[in-house]
Amino acid sequence: MFAVLRGLVRYNAEFTIGAILVGLVIVFSLLSYVSPVDPSAVYRVPPDQAPSLQYWFGTNSRGQDMWWQLSFAFRNSLSFGLTVAVVSRIISIVIGLAAGYLGGWADRVLMFFNDIFVAIPIFPILILFYFVMKSNLNSFSLALLMACFGWPYDARLIRSVALGLRYREFTRQAVFAGMSPVRIMWQEHLPYIMPIVFATTMSNMIWSIGLEVTLAVLGFTNLNIPTIGTTLYWANNHSALVVGTWWWIAIPVAIVVLLFLGLFLLAVSLNEYIDPRSRLRRMGA
Amino acid sequence: MADILTVDRLKAYYLMNYYGVSREVRAVDDVTMSVRQNEIYGIAGESSSGKTSFIKVLAAAVRPPLKVVDGGVVYRFGDRTIDVSRARPAEIEAIRWKNLSYIMQGSMSVLNPVRRIEHIFEDFAARPLGLRGTALRAQVTEHLGRLQLGPEVLRAYPHELSGGMRQRVTIGLATICNPQMIIADEPTTALDVVVQKDVLSLIRKLQAEMGSSVIFVTHDMAVHANMADRVGIVYAGRLIEEAPTRTLFVAPKHPYTAHLVASLPRIGDTTRRPALDGRPPNLANPPSGCRFHPRCPLAIDKCRTNVPPLVEVAPQQRSACWRWQDVVPLPGSISGSRVEAHA
Amino acid sequence: MQAYLIFALKRFIQLVAVVVLGCSVAFFVAHLSPVSAVDTIILQVTGRSSSSPEAINQLRATLTELFGLNVPLWQQYLHFLSRLAFFDFGPSLIAFPTPAINVVMLALPWTVGLLTVAVIITWVLGNIAGGLAGYFQNSRLLKAFGIIAIGIQPIPYYIVAFLLVILFGFVWPVLPISGGFAMDVTQDWTWQFALSVVHYAILPASALVLVGIGTWFLGMRALVSNIITEDYVTYAELAGVRQDRIVGSYVIRNALVPQLTSLAMSLGGIFSGTVITEQVFAYPGLGSLLIRAVNGGDSSIVLAISCISIMAVAGAIFIIDLIHPLIDPRVRTE
Repeated sequence: MFAVLRGLVRYNAEFTIGAILVGLVIVFSLLSYVSPVDPSAVYRVPPDQAPSLQYWFGTNSRGQDMWWQLSFAFRNSLSFGLTVAVVSRIISIVIGLAAGYLGGWADRVLMFFNDIFVAIPIFPILILFYFVMKSNLNSFSLALLMACFGWPYDARLIRSVALGLRYREFTRQAVFAGMSPVRIMWQEHLPYIMPIVFATTMSNMIWSIGLEVTLAVLGFTNLNIPTIGTTLYWANNHSALVVGTWWWIAIPVAIVVLLFLGLFLLAVSLNEYIDPRSRLRRMGA
Repeated sequence: MADILTVDRLKAYYLMNYYGVSREVRAVDDVTMSVRQNEIYGIAGESSSGKTSFIKVLAAAVRPPLKVVDGGVVYRFGDRTIDVSRARPAEIEAIRWKNLSYIMQGSMSVLNPVRRIEHIFEDFAARPLGLRGTALRAQVTEHLGRLQLGPEVLRAYPHELSGGMRQRVTIGLATICNPQMIIADEPTTALDVVVQKDVLSLIRKLQAEMGSSVIFVTHDMAVHANMADRVGIVYAGRLIEEAPTRTLFVAPKHPYTAHLVASLPRIGDTTRRPALDGRPPNLANPPSGCRFHPRCPLAIDKCRTNVPPLVEVAPQQRSACWRWQDVVPLPGSISGSRVEAHA
Repeated sequence: MQAYLIFALKRFIQLVAVVVLGCSVAFFVAHLSPVSAVDTIILQVTGRSSSSPEAINQLRATLTELFGLNVPLWQQYLHFLSRLAFFDFGPSLIAFPTPAINVVMLALPWTVGLLTVAVIITWVLGNIAGGLAGYFQNSRLLKAFGIIAIGIQPIPYYIVAFLLVILFGFVWPVLPISGGFAMDVTQDWTWQFALSVVHYAILPASALVLVGIGTWFLGMRALVSNIITEDYVTYAELAGVRQDRIVGSYVIRNALVPQLTSLAMSLGGIFSGTVITEQVFAYPGLGSLLIRAVNGGDSSIVLAISCISIMAVAGAIFIIDLIHPLIDPRVRTE
């Protein structure tokens, strides 16, 4: 596997750039574990200081050091995105494999549910949940909620792969040998699905973090937890652009763009690496 | 009669560079042959022998990573002479379909699934024929009639036709402009034998009517016995024997050909046939000297070090073997009297 | 023809099921709200003047009956379902006593108009550009387009909308960044009004188009790159078919089919993007209304918007499903 990674890094520019960008952001967010400041504390340092040698990312109007604030913000947002991705992957793998392999009525019922979830626009539902739960909607429950909406697209993808696998020789041999369907799906089919899962995880993370930012900016999440979205919310609240503290908005936006770009490049390069037809295109005199 | 196609020392390789690994696959390595007018020339060989790459070059369908490294492929259509391995795209466009057409392998997917048959004919044939509208449709209907396809086929979509009908449509597409050279790439593979017989007799009939030349590629020796005037055997990117069909089956002059023609089973024949050792070579790293030598029962030291040239060993028969004189037909071969000349 | 009608009927039943299920989920979630509409109104009324306890009780009883809260939950649910067919969601709160549906209907045309125009532009332009980029892989112009698309595509709607506001609101103030139409124009079927609407819609639509076009471009480019390796494309090229015919009828035509399916699947997400864009540009559509309703504790409007958007998205998917067999002849025989 390391040979594969090494090959990817050396020859696939997109993968390298994507990995570097994402890696930088992850390192930055991990710094929060050694932070000397408490993220919920306010008015500890002089407010509205531009980025300088003392405060690398400046300070905001609430008297917080932006460097540590953003480190926490990205850590929370990244772990949020990862939670959503993991939970929705699990759901989509289970449903996709079951629908593809079992077929028949199981497939029809599951796809019916799938279509329902595709048709329901998530945003009004999320707002509805916020409306009902107000500040009780913490990161984890929001993550679970989003995971419930993030699986349909990928479940269909996995299902179509599973449909193809069902008629392959090794599946029939396993059935003849008396393997139970669950064991077949877990041991034989899962390795085929994993590449798709990895590639879609990146897109899923972009989606979920983007949605969280949107909700937070509107003020619809717990505003005391520092995330990318809540940072932007507070910046808006204090009219950052008008007052002149542009770094409060510009720096988190810039880092978010880099992070998303990195995730996107990773997803694209992994997708291309997996698809055998694109390999043929990459070879060429 | 003049030669309609002359291939001169053709070399076409796949040049690949993937993740730092460089590979040169010598799919066509120094092939020289020619095809006359009004002749069916069969090309036989196993899978991955390089024959598909060869006809890609002949059909001017070379795309990266395949590249013509050396040699020439010259067509002579009446007053027009063109080397398709180095002609400009505009010149090649002028001969496409009007003088040179192609029957592709696999009738399943060569027709655009979202387009009706009549429109596909219009796409392909309007420009070379110089017809459109009702005149074109009339000619297409008449041509399809020769292939035993009714006029209702025109309004159909490809998926609405059976496999055999689709293959006949493809043959119709390739022949409607009366091209002087038709390249048929495994047109009967994946068809059942009854449909195969239909398709083959159709191609023979059209060829006789139009007087065109056909290059017929297939690994099925029985088809060659039925169709070809001359047969060329390709092994590992090289032409190793070429002879009129009857001569090839009765008196092969290359050990590989001897095995190939002996492999044809016949009803009532219970002869045991000797199998060849080993597997076809890897064209990225082919054996030195004669590429067949690792598997050849007649191999000597010279075969390992020197490449045998393709020389004329009998009237119209060429062989690339140092020991061609020692080649005898193997048990199971068709005896002389059994090979019938095709109509 | 008959097969098509049966197919349409099956899809329609699915549409109805989706709408009913979705709206039911919305209903039950909305009624978990700790904010009682009745209490809110009473607070408002008593905050302005003093009233006798009997009057307040009577008011409470009347309001409770008005909002249908005096019966057990399952009965409320049945009432809800029966009124759903008539789009009756009860009275709104922020504009009491105007029925919620009326308030929503004022905002709906703005959102539908913005969405339809933006989606059509992005889908058509993105697919054409992506198709050309996938076929003419050596074109420098298209490659540059691709890099720009990759760059913009991951940026969330909110940030793009915000950047546009900064760019055209502060740096180069040539386009209006707030509202649906100019303040001195009356809302009427006149050219003046129509022009004003278009003028004010340019920025919000641009935000949607900029973010969306990248996705379609990249998806189409990848799809086309695969299609050009298909046998029928190779065969047509071998035969010397005119290049514009190949690109149009052989390549893009075949790629449209899966792209249409993708459009259906992504309508839900596009809708969410529209909501946030409207908020940034103070566009008088469902988005701004939704946020006002949430902040005002108006469960009727929130529920109404949720149900209307479910119906709109499911309906659009239904229409796309109906178009599908018309484009792909292979599906017709199913």
